[in-house]
Amino acid sequence: MVYQYIQNGYHIVLDVNSGSVHVVDKVVYDVISDYKEHSREDIAEAIRNKYPAEQLADADINEIFSEIEQCIGQGTLFTEDTYKKQITDYKKRDTYVKALCLHVAHDCNLACCYCFAGEGEYKGERSLMSYEVGKKALDFLVENSGNRINLEVDFFGGEPLMNFDTIKKLVAYGRSIEKEKRKNFRFTLTTNGVLLNKEVIDFLNKEMDNVVLSIDGRKEINDTMRPCKNGKGSYDLILSKIKETADSRKQQKYYVRGTFTHHNLDFDKDVLHLADEGFKQISVEPVVADPKEDYAILREDLPEIIKGYERLADELIKRKKEGNDFQFFHFMIDLEGGPCVYKRLSGCGSGTEYLAVTPQGDLYPCHQFVGQEEFLLGNVENGITNSKIRDMFKNCSVYAKEECADCFAKFYCSGGCAANAYYSHGDIHAVYELGCELQKKRVECAIMLKAAD
Amino acid sequence: MKRIRTLTTKNLKQTMKKGGCGECQTSCQSACKTSCTVANQSCENK
Repeated sequence: MVYQYIQNGYHIVLDVNSGSVHVVDKVVYDVISDYKEHSREDIAEAIRNKYPAEQLADADINEIFSEIEQCIGQGTLFTEDTYKKQITDYKKRDTYVKALCLHVAHDCNLACCYCFAGEGEYKGERSLMSYEVGKKALDFLVENSGNRINLEVDFFGGEPLMNFDTIKKLVAYGRSIEKEKRKNFRFTLTTNGVLLNKEVIDFLNKEMDNVVLSIDGRKEINDTMRPCKNGKGSYDLILSKIKETADSRKQQKYYVRGTFTHHNLDFDKDVLHLADEGFKQISVEPVVADPKEDYAILREDLPEIIKGYERLADELIKRKKEGNDFQFFHFMIDLEGGPCVYKRLSGCGSGTEYLAVTPQGDLYPCHQFVGQEEFLLGNVENGITNSKIRDMFKNCSVYAKEECADCFAKFYCSGGCAANAYYSHGDIHAVYELGCELQKKRVECAIMLKAAD
Repeated sequence: MKRIRTLTTKNLKQTMKKGGCGECQTSCQSACKTSCTVANQSCENK
């Protein structure tokens, strides 16, 4: 399968199944698009008609075909998808848990309008996770992780720093058992920044592999959607704290993370605002919301959002030349050292290798399903007792979704988010089309940026 | 080649041979939490 597109003057040919990326001239681009459907003679005649003779000698045409054939011979063009059987078999293997989203606080000190957790409560009572429950969660993770060495624990909420003492104790407990159990805990934390102070920042820098700091961008945008409980905006309260955190981490191993909505389709300005404030690791993502909400992203918003991604990609090229660039999470792509095909095609791992744990110790397939009783998997005491739900998630893969078969982006999104699919179609094996369109654009931009390097 | 510039990429077919160790980061533990982004994850089994 070959996918071709032109962006920013680059003619890009993506050989989907091998992962190869070719940057070609416009004549080669045309020849490749006709290569499988027409004879060599017909293609040669067509391009002779299209391009002036002085631009295109017979020798050039031979050269073009020769280079294309060379790529085919090297297995980098028109390769077949030979993965289906192996991925299907891989998905049948026993699953191990390797990552937990630990909801240490179902409570929050902000009142963000778009919060999928309903201001931290997830349809339940406000509550904090006890040390005992958290410890059982870590034990559950270790016991169910098989031979996996790297275990990931994300402290999440609500606002996790409302339960900072428990986080400290749980990290200490994790560190105390990792040598004996031959595991390596990678702790991360997602915070709105309100409770960051020197003590917290020092702790995060010592123990957290990554920190996600929530801020939406420009002050007026952030304050509209991320107010405090008293209705005042949170921007002025958090900006200096998250700057201090980012700087103290030497601008590495963190993200400032924002959400954009129907109200700021020019979200690229928010990304650039964060960059201009000095942040080097930035993620700003589309809101996932009920279409009835006034801030929900609608199909008619797509052209404007796509333009925003294109503007952002152009600006990144410019800033890189100026020595003033930054990382935009959704344009990051590791062409040389990225993950294997198993990872790329077998889904995000929710419900199998990745679980969310509530303050009471209940297990859900991921943070987005917490509070949906029909998705309750079990608890940290007794483990997974609802194997039907786990098996439903286990079957998630690119090959379980018809819509993914002909999509060039399937090796980059792994079939998309199960929660987005469920909330848009009531089926975790469906696809969230809006999300797909945006994902495809982001992949195009990411690859174009590699071509421009 | 004069007309085709091939970027250096990992050959995905080769990764079928020793891939699938499961040690790399779970996508939602990175920054997204609302999308599924796997292509920027680093391989732990190089």
